[in-house]
Amino acid sequence: MKTIFKESVSGREGCWPQAPAADAATLLPKDMLRGAPADLPEVSELDVVRHFTRLSRKNFGVDGNFYPLGSCTMKYNPKFTETAAALPGFTRLHPLLPQLKGAGRFCQGALEVIHHLEQLLCEICGMAAFTLHPMAGAHGELTGAMIMAAYHRDKGRKRTKIICPDSAHGTNPASATIAGFEVVNIPSCDGIVDPAELAKVMSDDVAGMMMTCPNTLGLFEKHLPEIVSILRAKDALLYYDGANLNAILGKMRVGDAGFDVVHLNLHKTFATPHGGGGPGSGPVGVSEKLVPFLPISRVKKLEDGQYFLDYDQPKSIGYVAPFYGNFGVALKAYAYILRLGREGLTRASENAVLAANYLRKRLEKNLEVPYDRVCMHEFVASAVEQAKKGVRALDIAKALLDKGYHAPTVYFPLIVKEAIMVEPTETESKATMDQFVDDLIAILEQAESDPAAVQAAPVTLPVKRLDETAAARNMELTDDL
Amino acid sequence: MPFVPHTPEEIREMLAVIGVASVEDLFAEIAPEMRPKSFDLPSGKSEMEVLAHLERLAGKNVSGQVSFLGAGFYDHHVPAAVDALTSRGEFYTAYTPYQPEASQGTLQAIFEYQTAVSRLLGMACANASVYDGGTALFEAAMMAVRQTKRRKLVVCEGLNPIYRVMLGSYTANLDLEFVTVSHRQGRSDLAGLAQAVDDQTAAVLVQSPNFFGCLADYTALFQAARAKGAVSVVSAYPVLQSVLKTPGQMGADVAVAEGQSLGLPLSFGGPYLGIMTCTKEMIRQMPGRIVGRTKDLDGRTGYVLTLQAREQHIRRQKATSNICSNQALCALRALVHLCLLGEEGLKRTALLSVERAHYAAERLTALPGVELMNDAPFGNEFAVRLPVNAFEVVDALTARGYVPGFPLGRYYQGLENCLLVACTEKTGKEQIGILAEMLGGMLA
Amino acid sequence: MIPSDRMYTKSHEWAKIEGDVAIVGISHFAQEQLGDLTFVDLPRVGDQVSAGAEMGSVESVKAASELYSPVTGEVLEVNEELASAPEKVNQDPYGAGWMLKVKLTAAPEGLLDAAAYEQVAAASAH
Repeated sequence: MKTIFKESVSGREGCWPQAPAADAATLLPKDMLRGAPADLPEVSELDVVRHFTRLSRKNFGVDGNFYPLGSCTMKYNPKFTETAAALPGFTRLHPLLPQLKGAGRFCQGALEVIHHLEQLLCEICGMAAFTLHPMAGAHGELTGAMIMAAYHRDKGRKRTKIICPDSAHGTNPASATIAGFEVVNIPSCDGIVDPAELAKVMSDDVAGMMMTCPNTLGLFEKHLPEIVSILRAKDALLYYDGANLNAILGKMRVGDAGFDVVHLNLHKTFATPHGGGGPGSGPVGVSEKLVPFLPISRVKKLEDGQYFLDYDQPKSIGYVAPFYGNFGVALKAYAYILRLGREGLTRASENAVLAANYLRKRLEKNLEVPYDRVCMHEFVASAVEQAKKGVRALDIAKALLDKGYHAPTVYFPLIVKEAIMVEPTETESKATMDQFVDDLIAILEQAESDPAAVQAAPVTLPVKRLDETAAARNMELTDDL
Repeated sequence: MPFVPHTPEEIREMLAVIGVASVEDLFAEIAPEMRPKSFDLPSGKSEMEVLAHLERLAGKNVSGQVSFLGAGFYDHHVPAAVDALTSRGEFYTAYTPYQPEASQGTLQAIFEYQTAVSRLLGMACANASVYDGGTALFEAAMMAVRQTKRRKLVVCEGLNPIYRVMLGSYTANLDLEFVTVSHRQGRSDLAGLAQAVDDQTAAVLVQSPNFFGCLADYTALFQAARAKGAVSVVSAYPVLQSVLKTPGQMGADVAVAEGQSLGLPLSFGGPYLGIMTCTKEMIRQMPGRIVGRTKDLDGRTGYVLTLQAREQHIRRQKATSNICSNQALCALRALVHLCLLGEEGLKRTALLSVERAHYAAERLTALPGVELMNDAPFGNEFAVRLPVNAFEVVDALTARGYVPGFPLGRYYQGLENCLLVACTEKTGKEQIGILAEMLGGMLA
Repeated sequence: MIPSDRMYTKSHEWAKIEGDVAIVGISHFAQEQLGDLTFVDLPRVGDQVSAGAEMGSVESVKAASELYSPVTGEVLEVNEELASAPEKVNQDPYGAGWMLKVKLTAAPEGLLDAAAYEQVAAASAH
């Protein structure tokens, strides 16, 4: 399919505003004018509609395909949340309005959404306060790491290390590094964090530890109480990566369990759409002692019920976002939480965990599951046996695409060889899951009888396997003129 | 239960397969002490009730004022087709394109987006986007720090003050030195900037137009920076780039922008779009996702995420950035917007905005005691000095349905009487007249 | 076969000493682990390198790895061909895939001979 630039025809009219005055350009200094044209496409509105409609048909999405991507929580994105977020009373608001004297009264609805959502998230997680400013999960991690640094700095300490388990998502050490920390990795034992390993690296130089529960293997971190006390003994902080929160809603609150700082992924647990890679939203919650360090502004409520922006937080880490976070995304999560309520959120986790265990049990005779015990909302299988005969996790993933499924996550976490991480979520029917099992077993059988066919997959999609080496070597990153 | 499809019968069947008696058994590892101390959320509501609640809250916001508020975020017209196309489920319910064969829609769209913004800013290449213009600026500064291995950043005070605060916040734990070169009555101090750049400088950071709306040619400054081995970073306003000298023409190494004015609603602060472009030489320092073109096994053209070795899921602590999600759907909106408008449409948008702003400047400076802050050329936004406190003016006029602009004293000391006024193609001449009358009434 | 005409490091680089110049590259094992190389980031001529310190990196589609200098000295020459043809490292890691030449300013020490390196590589393999 041609790029939109190749559809361009000189002189074709698009969706233009009315013409300015003929001499409008003379209002700008001659030597400040653009030289060569931008070569943007000259296409009609129908050209644009056809082009993007056709492009959309080359995509898998939750709306069309089962998407058991581990660690991503690809649950159904409810349509009514789109309606809520598109209300002009929200979309038309300029973010600077509440910062003008007297204009806060024009944004009371929006400020109430922020205030109320923060409160709901506090109750869901057992934290003292939340900020909606971080604009993605990784951004939330960075914000959390910055808060941890500010806490220790405020106490006059110079702590340089953050501990991460070897199963951690790559954003954890990356975020810690940007916040100025040195990352110390500790090995997992039987799939979970071993307090003995933590004790080995614990010192007065440790600012904190970043982990998640259940972890990236879908296993519950049962040594959590011991981990908390080891860290608390040195007043080190414990950070929760909220990517896997969908397993424990209503079953455990991370604040109660001893975590000091938490980030959530609204585009995972709280059903806001992934958008092909964003926009997400990564709110951060903190325990009482970290509240002073939250980014500003904070939405506060006066006694008369008016909401306002509070910038008077001298220990704040400052701004991590230009304004109040991805408000349009937060709106969707807010609507979702109100819709589900207490029972709905709890049932979501219960059914997410039920579905993952069901799939695990149905597949365990065909795929090795290294930690073959009750899992939480996701489990990790290994294609090591198949790989010995030439069919790797990658090949199985590609063959699943031909059957209309987006493949599970492969090659993560790094500690399992030929990893296949499956997270069905609570919104998939048993019929879908049963079909998936049948189709996957068929692929595994084909891996024995006709490995070449599996290695050639996918064959039914717009493209077959792509040469990623050539892409990196040739670096064709824009369309040629 | 909304969105959970399982019937009690199906749940029983699944439990039997798993070999446990109840769903609670699956949570046995969570000890009683670890259970929630409370879970006091409201009960779930029906879709109708939730929407009614949100409509009520939306109704508590007043956004129908005539607004001259800009300051980096502008109310431009977004063609209806942008919403229609980007609300297709195949686009917005898709994940990051890690399985490229099943994501050619998203991948080709990002490739086209990279092409469009590179061309608009006159640069060689772009990434798939970062969160917003502020993080784009921070990431650009970090590109320079990594590339030059130097620690000093020279920052123009005419750069968006919100972005400068963000820059300070993000770098608080990194060992970097900032030199801020003050503005001169709102103009960027080109000589001061050139003087501040030395052989210890990683980058010089400027904005075009600057926060006060002033246009400046940074070509000589960028040459001076290059001579000292420093990286030139400029934050640009995409709409005006259709008519103004581009960062590429000026010799910038990295050009970033806030993409909100390309098809994104103001939406009370987000989601927005961090555009990042650079020269070919700097591409390996570029954070975030990048899409490249390649061929498949049969020789067909296809698109993939590339240069991923730089990214967090491979390099972990040595990554160019921690960024994982970008703003893919927002980038798609910007692409569709640019395709619908094309060069001619974007130029018209820019020139109409410029026209209206110049007319507004004329009408306002005709009022007693109101003058432009400086005599620099401007585009669609300008700063005036009033004989009274600008906050009071904003308060009074906003109450009457006209937001006259942004009071610069909010972020700049000593400028409490100064107002930043923006116009777009949506601003009407009569509205400008009414604004002038209202303001005139206050000054009489 | 691991060539015995040169010395090795635990981080899979090799150094072939010729008088007071060392030619440096990465081992067959290293390139195999990385997969098809897409980019090689080397120091510039004139740069100082120091034994055990990071001097650059290599990238493939799925991985990236630091390069650690096996020797201490000044970079005399860099293999320019690798900029456009990084695959030479995969094809001929001990010959045409050489990376840089260093003028030694200190006697090389702590390096492994072929036999000792063979054991390191075997242990690293999974």
